[in-house]
Amino acid sequence: MTALSAPPASTPAPARPRRTGLGVLVGVLLVLLAGVSLFVGVSDVSPASVLGDGPAAFLLVASRIPRTVALVLAGASLGIAGLIMQMLVRNRFVEPSTTGVTEFATLGMLATIVLAPGMPVAGKTAVAALSGLLGTWVFLRVVRAVPVRSLVLVPLVGIVLGGVVGAVTTFVAYRLDLLQSLAQWSQGSFAGVVQGRYEFVWLAGVMVVVAWLAADRFSVIGLGEEFATNLGLHHRRVVAIGMVVVAVITASVLVTAGLVPFLGLVVPNVVSLVIGDNVRRSIPWVAVLGAVFVVACDVLARVLRFPYEIPLSVVVGIIGAALFLWLLLRRRSRAH
Amino acid sequence: MLTEPAPVAVRPRPRLRASVRRAGSAVRLAALGGLVLALVAAYLFTDVPGSLAYALEKRGLTVAATVVVAAAVGVSTVVFHTITGNRVLTPSIMGFDAFYLLVSTAVVFAAGSAAFLAADPLVLWAVQVAVMVGFSVVLSTWLFGGKRRSIHLMLLVGIVLGTFFRSFSEWMQRMLDPLDFQVLSDAFFASLTRPDETLLVLTAALVAVGCAVVVPLLRTLDVLTLGEPVAVGLGVDHRRVVLTLFAVVSVMVAASTALVGPVLFLGLIVANLAYAWAGSFRHAWTVPTAVLLGVVCLLGGQLVLERVLGFGGTLSTVVDFAGGLFFLYLVLRKGAR
Amino acid sequence: MIALEGVSKRYGGQTVVDDVSLALGGEGVTALIGPNGAGKSTLFGLVGRLVRPDAGRVTVDGLDVATTPSQELARRVAVLRQDNHVAARLTVQDLVEFGRFPHSRGRLTVDDRDHVERAVAHLGLEGYRDRFLDELSGGQRQRASIAMVLAQDTRYVLLDEPLNNLDLRHMGETMRLVREMADVLGKRVVTVLHDVNSAAAYADRIVAMRDGRVVADAPARDVMRPEVLADVYDTTVDVREIDGRPVALYYG
Repeated sequence: MTALSAPPASTPAPARPRRTGLGVLVGVLLVLLAGVSLFVGVSDVSPASVLGDGPAAFLLVASRIPRTVALVLAGASLGIAGLIMQMLVRNRFVEPSTTGVTEFATLGMLATIVLAPGMPVAGKTAVAALSGLLGTWVFLRVVRAVPVRSLVLVPLVGIVLGGVVGAVTTFVAYRLDLLQSLAQWSQGSFAGVVQGRYEFVWLAGVMVVVAWLAADRFSVIGLGEEFATNLGLHHRRVVAIGMVVVAVITASVLVTAGLVPFLGLVVPNVVSLVIGDNVRRSIPWVAVLGAVFVVACDVLARVLRFPYEIPLSVVVGIIGAALFLWLLLRRRSRAH
Repeated sequence: MLTEPAPVAVRPRPRLRASVRRAGSAVRLAALGGLVLALVAAYLFTDVPGSLAYALEKRGLTVAATVVVAAAVGVSTVVFHTITGNRVLTPSIMGFDAFYLLVSTAVVFAAGSAAFLAADPLVLWAVQVAVMVGFSVVLSTWLFGGKRRSIHLMLLVGIVLGTFFRSFSEWMQRMLDPLDFQVLSDAFFASLTRPDETLLVLTAALVAVGCAVVVPLLRTLDVLTLGEPVAVGLGVDHRRVVLTLFAVVSVMVAASTALVGPVLFLGLIVANLAYAWAGSFRHAWTVPTAVLLGVVCLLGGQLVLERVLGFGGTLSTVVDFAGGLFFLYLVLRKGAR
Repeated sequence: MIALEGVSKRYGGQTVVDDVSLALGGEGVTALIGPNGAGKSTLFGLVGRLVRPDAGRVTVDGLDVATTPSQELARRVAVLRQDNHVAARLTVQDLVEFGRFPHSRGRLTVDDRDHVERAVAHLGLEGYRDRFLDELSGGQRQRASIAMVLAQDTRYVLLDEPLNNLDLRHMGETMRLVREMADVLGKRVVTVLHDVNSAAAYADRIVAMRDGRVVADAPARDVMRPEVLADVYDTTVDVREIDGRPVALYYG
């Protein structure tokens, strides 16, 4: 995890330099990690062996490349989803999984499993995305009505909202004996990613591009509705774009790989410490660092108990929780 | 405006409005007590399938478990609210329930469900209580010890730890075979039926000890509602009192969770209903009201689920759902500090 | 006497109170002034048992604050705080009764009730005693808090920025009450004040702090001099005599 501990270690300088060197370093790291990800696995795939036409080349194309691509896209997009959520709510401690969005998407997924088991993955993704969108909308409505928008209360409301929706999901799954398959399915892992079964994650990649194009608007939204309206921005429209981006990213990662906790929380917070809160400037950082984080965790998940795999969400959960706690305790003086 | 006080003070007569208010609180508490008795009677005596004596014996245990859990949850939540100065949180949010799941999962994972079922429930219970209390002691000494830290921070840390534990136990669950998972998933859901008698007695004893510690501190708790600085100014040894109460809360929550499984939102509902119902901020009224309301919710919920809807074993999910909605309602209605 | 002997307090690497030795609580009103971050509130926290010193000793009438039971100290020192956010719905009467907690642990005796009645009467709160605190105006709530402090019946009264968030009329009223507390009831009052002129007008003695140290400690009139105030606040301050009183001018 040298990749992530490096940026915060260099304390933010008062006048922010452009940090080109650091950027290059992180970029190189991502390329290196992606390379490692291509060649780590149970079957022996080495750079030399793929040159021929043998099974190694097939494995690389059918499994390793899709997996690595999915990891990069999921990491980048989840980071972006967290960043946008934080801008929309103006609270540093939110991300899709602390705002009920993930739970809504999971409920949508459960609905398709129960009601239309034969539905193709595209349909499932669409349903999950729609219900994730509903979740984002509900959360924003609820948070808007919270009179005192304390830094802690907002994520707490999101977590409780997620708990309510989760209780419905659990109840239904328990009655129908789907609890374990639901758990299996929703736990984040990229082990099942193969050619033909991961392409939805490209949608998340598209959303990253959308977020990038709308970056300046999100920065302004992050300063508040009045401020945004003052600058002649159509507040509602930008919020709507943000909601769609968040919901689509959440749903497409969910159907491809399951839940990946904390990513959207940790990465934007680390980036904000290093380069501040201008979204246009921070989007590439969030995307690249998110990708680095996920790829590194996935490589760890694959090598720690070789030849078995630890689910990615566990690795991300442990490292993410540790990082988040560090962030919380470090920023104690400003946290209330 | 200030004048030298008269040397002989006028003997103040008890003021009417205050005494009316107090009488009102007493009447409300008594009404609630009546409702509890009626529910207990309804639970014990209606819909008896066979021998009344047999049904009474079995149902008596459920009623006893309900009372013990309601006492643990009601007392601990009201106390927790007062010492944290916040009415929208429950001890469970500190990662307790997730930790319980982790401990249970770890036991099944390490020993298999056969061992889990065969193990002496007493040992299992003792291990769970000890581990959970240990967890909360470590957490609280880390957070309270030495530097003064924000209570909000502590709760957020609890929530993060909860996610962490949950992802850890999910990982283990994933590696269980379906039969083991079935056994485990029964442990996830709070169930008040079929409590183990020995454990019930032990839990009741622990809860009673907790109550014995809390009762003399009821008036101190009233002072704590003024906030830490004022309470300290009024001579409350804040640190000691809060740590004592925190320990009591930990033990009570741990013991009752180990007995019947996690009930995440029950405390939230009963405590807030109690503040509204008791008509007084004094803990001498709010604490017993919360306990009685706990019995009403649990026993009433059990009656409806069992006798009316014919479901069993999913009370906690229903409580989570209703409690979560109620929490959101509270936050939206008047906001929370 | 409230005595601080070589007291220091550090937060992180920053020394907030730096080796302060000071005796407070002489007769009359003592005002504690100084710029933001000078350590006034921390000093109060040290006396009020909210902050533990890293070095040195705080005593009240010879009793070491660190080792004396909190209840014993609460019978000698009362503290009035500004941010009186109370979550529960309390009436004025409830609040004033809390002032007797150090004496009776919440079970009011006839004697306690006398104190409560007198405190309520002193502040003219008879008509408000059954009102809830959140229904009162800022000035009324302030008076309810002062009544609680009076009911506590202590020798020393510490007031932490009692003029915050008050309008002109209530500022004057509060300062007159503070003065009367000292003159009529014989309390020894120590108050943190932001406004130099209020301190000059109502205090007998002014203690000025800067960067965690006491930089001036003298009768009010001697502190109200341009060179002293300029040193305390690190800005130019003019002092004029108006109706025989020194008034600091710090605008422009």
